[in-house]
Amino acid sequence: MDTLTTDARDLYVADFDRVAKTLPGFADLRRKAMARFAEKGFPTGREERWRFTDTTPVTELHFKPAAGTANPSQFAGLAAGALKALQITFVDGRFAPAFSTLDLPAGVGVASLADVIKSAPEVVAPFVLVPEEPFELLNTALFRDGAVLRIGDGVTVDRPIHVLFLSSLHGEPYAMHPRMMISLGRDARASVVKSYLGPSGGTYLLNAVTTAALADGSSLDLTKVQRESPQAFHFESLDVRVGRGAAFTHHSISLGARLASNDFDVTLEGEGAECSLFGLYEVAGQQHVDHHTTIDHAKPNCTSRELYKGVLDGRARAVFDGRIIVRPDAQKTSAMQTNKNLLISKEALVHTKPQLEIFANDVKCKHGATIGQLDADVLFYLRSRGIGLAEARRLLIHAFASEIIDTVKADAVRSQIGGCIALISGGG
Amino acid sequence: MLEIKNLHATAGDKPVLKGLTLTVKAGEVSAIMGPNGSGKSTLAHVLSGRDGFKVTDGSVTYKGKDLLAMSPEERAREGVFLAFQYPVEIPGVGNTYFLKNALNAIRKHRGQAELDAHEFLKLIKEKAKLVQIAESLLSRPVNEGFSGGEKKRNEILQMAVLEPTLAILDETDSGLDIDALRIVSQGVNSLRSKDRAMLVITHYQRLLNYIVPDRVHVLKDGVIERSGDKELALELEKTGYSR
Repeated sequence: MDTLTTDARDLYVADFDRVAKTLPGFADLRRKAMARFAEKGFPTGREERWRFTDTTPVTELHFKPAAGTANPSQFAGLAAGALKALQITFVDGRFAPAFSTLDLPAGVGVASLADVIKSAPEVVAPFVLVPEEPFELLNTALFRDGAVLRIGDGVTVDRPIHVLFLSSLHGEPYAMHPRMMISLGRDARASVVKSYLGPSGGTYLLNAVTTAALADGSSLDLTKVQRESPQAFHFESLDVRVGRGAAFTHHSISLGARLASNDFDVTLEGEGAECSLFGLYEVAGQQHVDHHTTIDHAKPNCTSRELYKGVLDGRARAVFDGRIIVRPDAQKTSAMQTNKNLLISKEALVHTKPQLEIFANDVKCKHGATIGQLDADVLFYLRSRGIGLAEARRLLIHAFASEIIDTVKADAVRSQIGGCIALISGGG
Repeated sequence: MLEIKNLHATAGDKPVLKGLTLTVKAGEVSAIMGPNGSGKSTLAHVLSGRDGFKVTDGSVTYKGKDLLAMSPEERAREGVFLAFQYPVEIPGVGNTYFLKNALNAIRKHRGQAELDAHEFLKLIKEKAKLVQIAESLLSRPVNEGFSGGEKKRNEILQMAVLEPTLAILDETDSGLDIDALRIVSQGVNSLRSKDRAMLVITHYQRLLNYIVPDRVHVLKDGVIERSGDKELALELEKTGYSR
């Protein structure tokens, strides 16, 4: 096993040496990140973070940097009619102007990261640091493009900004390391929907890093829809800093990928900041999904609310690891965390792990986790009215999921997610 | 319409029905009475196909078909309806949406066109008047937060919409005050027809003042002990089940 991981590591180091010259900016930092990755290698089950998420399947394939030769026209059907007023699209990790409509209101900047690095690298620099986690290190060394969203002071964007990451079918496994940066000025308001989509059969590694900075009094509603190819590997590290009196809402909808691994870190770093984290994962077959969330209450009078729900069928695996830190300074903190899971099959398995680390004495913190099955009495009731077993299950799964789906504000996205849930659970 | 012959059934591992024989004709309302533990509810569960009850001997023929070979949904589509003693709450599933799905599954089975949302809404509003259910309850999740009486009325509403040929009412009077009992009974009586049979399961004679049966059967220790007309119920009220 050690030889395997060593080999995989060397392959990525060699990839880096080959493509480093073609990557935009940050040459020193990229080298440092790659050197650090070469030291650490891919994660092993010995580390707590990776105890229940086995990344061996990722190391068994070699995901070469996406060559950028994909023909975007294969997505024409997907994009036609779905092109939103504010949309920036990336195909195989690269900006695709043909699928982007940037009809930008005043005070709103939406651009490709590669372009911003050329024109104004100082905007990007504060957000690019050498991290610790292996997949983040890989992203830092190898990122090529992504989205930069900047909302000016006092600006309210009245329509959702859509960011699409489309991954196409290639002969060989390939890797993308997109980066996304969102910044909101004082009292700005915006909602962003980012979707990761790939057709069945696509074998790729999508390894994303997203950062968001919310200035005082601002408000960001961010929805992540992950519907990667069932053969794909998806990693995302999200880091959010929430200023004084600002509010961050996140919806993580995780439906696709063979393995999806999420690290969501939110720091409430200004007094009276708020965050709401909602999540829905629905997995079947051999799928694996994990969510590691950390909410760091750094200042007094902050509020956090977290609700994650999961539906697992087949031999699927899920991990919910929710950490809440309340710093000594963070008096009058209110934090609530709930994780509920519905196991459809006997072979499905979920690990749920709440962690509260409280260093202040005047706080209200609550957490709870449940794992259950579809209620046999309710199933019988539905069937006794003529509703078939598959349909009865679909109704109940949808009812379970709707609590999260209903939190998604963009109508089109909400109904699209609802449709996906219906399709997936209809098969069971 | 319904022919039960020598039915033996267990609830869990315990034998409850021990050779029950009963015939129900179309157009008839039959009351099944009996003391606690006599097997009344087990009979309702076995007829509706609930898990946890096992038929060890005997047969049930419904409209010439083997009822026991059918899944619960097949029975419902063939016109069997059980009004539950304890209707379940289904959070997240709207009452109207649920009932539209149920009716359309049955209509599809009968080869009839499915109703669209508009047609169904018209139908359910009309039927809701019959059992005096407030329209606000129609858009709520099934039975969630309903009072005991509202739940029972909701059962009869479902029966009115689904128009079964064999309706089994399991202790529909339990937990009802006199006003609710009257409303529920009026709903049931309005659904009496020459093509429909009803099996009214009750512990008390009280319900039978409102829903007057054609036949009364007394169930005791898993078998039909006595049968008679509506006078039998009145007699039991005076003498009790033990003779």
